[in-house]
Amino acid sequence: MAEFTLPKNSKIQPGKHHAAEGAKKPRTFKIYRWSPDDGQNPRMDTFEIDLSSCGPMVLDALLKIKNEVDSTLTLRRSCREGICGSCAMNIDGTNTLACTKSIDDCKGGEISIYPLPHMPVVKDLVPDLTHFYAQFASIKPWLRTQSPAPSDAERLQSPEDRKKLDGLYECILCACCSTSCPSYWWNGDKYLGPAILLQAYRWIADSRDEDTGERLDDLEDPFKLYRCHTIMNCARTCPKGLNPAKAIAEIKKLIVERRSA
Amino acid sequence: MESYKVQQHKFDVIVVGAGGAGLRATFGLAEKGLKAACITKVFPTRSHTVAAQGGIAAALANMGEDDWRFHFYDTIKGGDWLGDQDAIEYMCKNAPASVIELEHYGVPFSRTEEGKIYQRPFGGMTTHYGKGTAQRTCAAADRTGHAILHTLYQQALAHDATFFIEYFATDLIFDDEGVCRGVLALDLNEGTLHVFRGQAVVLATGGYGRAYFSCTSAHTCTGDGGGMVLRAGLALQDLEFVQFHPTGIYGAGCLITEGVRGEGGYLTNAKGERFMERYAPSAKDLASRDVVSRAETIEIREGRGVGEHGDHTHLNLMHLGPEVIHERLPGIAETARIFAGVDVTKEPIPVLPTVHYNMGGIPTNYHGEVVQLKNGDPDAVVPGLFAIGEAACVSVHGANRLGSNSLLDLVVFGRAVAHRCAEIIKPDSPHKDLPASALDKALARFDKLRHADGDTPTADIRLKMQKTMQSDAAVYRTQETLAEGCEKISEVHASFENVRVSDRSMVWNSDLVETLELSNLLDQAVATMHSAEQRKESRGAHAREDFPDRDDAEWMKHTLVWIDEKGKSRFDFRPVHSNTLTDEVETVPPKKRVY
Repeated sequence: MAEFTLPKNSKIQPGKHHAAEGAKKPRTFKIYRWSPDDGQNPRMDTFEIDLSSCGPMVLDALLKIKNEVDSTLTLRRSCREGICGSCAMNIDGTNTLACTKSIDDCKGGEISIYPLPHMPVVKDLVPDLTHFYAQFASIKPWLRTQSPAPSDAERLQSPEDRKKLDGLYECILCACCSTSCPSYWWNGDKYLGPAILLQAYRWIADSRDEDTGERLDDLEDPFKLYRCHTIMNCARTCPKGLNPAKAIAEIKKLIVERRSA
Repeated sequence: MESYKVQQHKFDVIVVGAGGAGLRATFGLAEKGLKAACITKVFPTRSHTVAAQGGIAAALANMGEDDWRFHFYDTIKGGDWLGDQDAIEYMCKNAPASVIELEHYGVPFSRTEEGKIYQRPFGGMTTHYGKGTAQRTCAAADRTGHAILHTLYQQALAHDATFFIEYFATDLIFDDEGVCRGVLALDLNEGTLHVFRGQAVVLATGGYGRAYFSCTSAHTCTGDGGGMVLRAGLALQDLEFVQFHPTGIYGAGCLITEGVRGEGGYLTNAKGERFMERYAPSAKDLASRDVVSRAETIEIREGRGVGEHGDHTHLNLMHLGPEVIHERLPGIAETARIFAGVDVTKEPIPVLPTVHYNMGGIPTNYHGEVVQLKNGDPDAVVPGLFAIGEAACVSVHGANRLGSNSLLDLVVFGRAVAHRCAEIIKPDSPHKDLPASALDKALARFDKLRHADGDTPTADIRLKMQKTMQSDAAVYRTQETLAEGCEKISEVHASFENVRVSDRSMVWNSDLVETLELSNLLDQAVATMHSAEQRKESRGAHAREDFPDRDDAEWMKHTLVWIDEKGKSRFDFRPVHSNTLTDEVETVPPKKRVY
């Protein structure tokens, strides 16, 4: 049987250990570290944190480490309330936002934190999302119409039609879903992945958009769309409670309907 | 000093920042045929506009009578007569078209039964000059900022706009004549320095809420544009006016939209009393934010606060029913559950006044052109420099911003800057050579901080600054607290000499970036505290217990503040523009402000 192994420079080494002396409520975090600057392998650093002087969320712990223990720890963060999508990472085995993930909700003793899986790493917990963003741009994610807009008024949309956007427009492009998808891991170069397909469906579902035909043409492709094998990791991991798999199913359904029409 | 290779880029216009204002300007410029580059320290949809909840004001009259003149009046009164009335006219008159334009771009607004944009009541928004309640705030549930920011980014993609993402702007570049010629920036991903040359630089860098310990602002709200402007030797305006939002979640500081009160929610104290009825008999919970925040502070101070320590108040929305909450306020239901452990259909949300918005900023006219006091001219334009959004002080918000006027400010003035640049800049005009020494100062500062080897970590200095601002430039201010605050904040500023950066790498050096950000915050923290100390009156968000009244004779003027390299402040003033832009509306003369 063939044996697979990581390239030598990708093997994760044990890293530094930072103890918390005299902590009232200690908890251990193991954090992935890698910098392109020093030619070293990635490592897992261990930080003991006193939760009695720490906010409730994993982001609070990460910032406590950055502020008080090791200021070289590198991560993206901004809004700290689950709306900007910056601090997406793999925490305790699941992709989620560090700012809305409660430390108490992490199972077991040690909490492991990695960057989003299967993405090139820029440094520590910062993944390179260039390709993900390029895929977003590739679906032309804006309102496309042929008929002119009314000159001094909004395009009308009934509350029922507006409701069809609920569960779609709330996507924050954090990439948790796409980077949890095994199919995206394999074929992420050509498969658009759950986040981008949900975004594509957001426009197809919008009663104001008049380019459904072309949008479906663009998606009808063995790789872009049909690499979804309904594994459903996307719906399971979405920190906003959205269901990209359902949006993908809706796209597939529309393509079938169109063929039989 | 290390010698840095600086890559040069040339565009017609450089926009710094990719929030609502920066994005609207960026694709507006592209639309006009100008070559624009937007440089931003975060991916555009991470900008703090994304966190705006309640909505965007415009007198569309979709849900009852309205007129932009009512909106104009409300904004002037909300700002306690410190706002410039020509700019306010421009904003309110252009509001309906700007919101319709957003709808045409694809913003998923909530809808009325007729299919029009849904509008909700908001604080200080009235009809007939204070007589009725206006439904003026256009909403996409309680995620309006998210909906607008994503749509604006999508429009930027549609216009094929050029972005430099995760580039941190460090300093403005001026020539010897005082014309702004570009900006120096650090590419975080490569760790390389770049100079972006433009016929104009548009600062759309947001506010500096993170100067305070407890704020609704994102970690990235560090006032980088204001910092750059102060370092360039230019003045900022009205920094003493810091808005405390009445409903930040107790502890976490996360925002709970005023839309909750717009939809019928109300505040209570420990006795279960709806205390706003006493402070604002007519508008009650929908009085302007400064009024509500002061009322809460008094309730807490007089022993009627809720909770174990009696240090906050309750926001009630249980009576609205699960259906209304689910349809119109789903986001805050989620936020309250996560950050306060509260089921809003059953329990009130613990809230308290939390730093939210900077009315002050980089002074501009209504075209977005940066203005300064120069040779006696209070409206002298700084050639090549624009500012928009929270970074700017147009001033449309005066001494206190009305809720849902900030999203409006972003799109109206983002668009105005694009128009203005198209008028004064010819596409592809040649760039004048920069003097050889133009970058020296900016590079020296960068190098110094990159190798900063003092004894105090960035985070320690930042925490001291935040605690000082929190305790001494709070909702209520006195000479005593402010004088103490001035001394303390100047000490903190001085301690920056001893800052230590531990990360010596070039790629994604967030330790260095946080230090550069801290330097921007510190200058504005000092400027804020000292501006507050020198203004001996109460107006809008600036409430002095020792000077409880507004003093129009002495203080109806904009504060200008300069900060030198040592952190010393200097003051002067600009008159408030009481004139309107056209004769379509009349100047609103100052009167007593009651809600």
